Amino acid sequence: MPKATNADDSDAPDGVQIDLISGERMAGMATMEKIRMILDGVHDGNIVILEEGLTPDEESRLIEVTMAEISPDEFNGIEIETYPKSETRDSSLLGRIMGGDETEAKLTVIGPANQIETLHKDETLISALVSRN
Amino acid sequence: MGLFTELKDSISRATDRLFSEQEPKRIGIYGPPNAGKTTLANRIARDWTGDAVGAESHVPHETRRARRKENVEIERDGKTVTIDIVDTPGVTTKVDYEEFTDEMDEEDAIRRSREATEGVAEAMHWLREDVDGVIYVLDSAEDPITQVNTMLIGIVESRDLPVLIFANKTDLEESSVKRIEDAFPQHKTIPLSAKEGDNMDEVYDNIAEYFG
Repeated sequence: MPKATNADDSDAPDGVQIDLISGERMAGMATMEKIRMILDGVHDGNIVILEEGLTPDEESRLIEVTMAEISPDEFNGIEIETYPKSETRDSSLLGRIMGGDETEAKLTVIGPANQIETLHKDETLISALVSRN
Repeated sequence: MGLFTELKDSISRATDRLFSEQEPKRIGIYGPPNAGKTTLANRIARDWTGDAVGAESHVPHETRRARRKENVEIERDGKTVTIDIVDTPGVTTKVDYEEFTDEMDEEDAIRRSREATEGVAEAMHWLREDVDGVIYVLDSAEDPITQVNTMLIGIVESRDLPVLIFANKTDLEESSVKRIEDAFPQHKTIPLSAKEGDNMDEVYDNIAEYFG
């Protein structure tokens, strides 16, 4: 499988690389493989867009691993955005048996904290400013 | 996750709760930095034990280690509810030491940012492994629809933990409790000012009802 991020520093274009990663590509990956792919891309200064987002548990581990990798003057962490929930999710056992919440496919945008700034966010729109640093 | 694994986990969680009825429940106080979590933890601890939990500050990330206050006995309607309160560091996805350089020298700011990142990781670990319920504290003068709030509430819900949302800092002019109620309509929101001690009766009624 080819790498999602392949920018080479020596001939990197003068712009911001955006990786749009399909749900299909993520489906076969373990949690740490997903997190590694996201953070490797973000460390390279890329904007990573996940078609189907992460599970709550994966999000929790992404925060934890991100914190471990923050380094003064090198990496300040990530900016991450998904749409907020617009209605109550059925999280009862019955709801989940009937095909409820397990995969809440939500487009997710992740980038380096010092390069991406959220300008506006509501239930249907995320507007972000991306700089080249 | 498969249906049977899910069923097994749910039954296991219910059984664990049933048999640990005598143990005080550990209630994690979560939220973004500067929402007033430690001010709330101190208010609860002082009201019922006479002691404080930790130092409060207007500088973000003052709390950089999770701190537990054990056996806080809250009396409501003639009954006593005993809980452990766990004051956790504010959760964020980014920490920049330059945020602190107005308040301290660079070396201290770098140390504070390192400790803050460890604290956030620690808070996430407690949430996954060690708390039985969550008080989610928000600054009611700020926009509640942020990614950290959305993610954390989602993580709490995915773990089937009981949660109360506290709309703190109602003493501020810009406070809007409705904005928080609208953002998280699936959960009960209780307005309060932990700093001023406003509405604490309702706070304790709800803690006893949800976590007792």
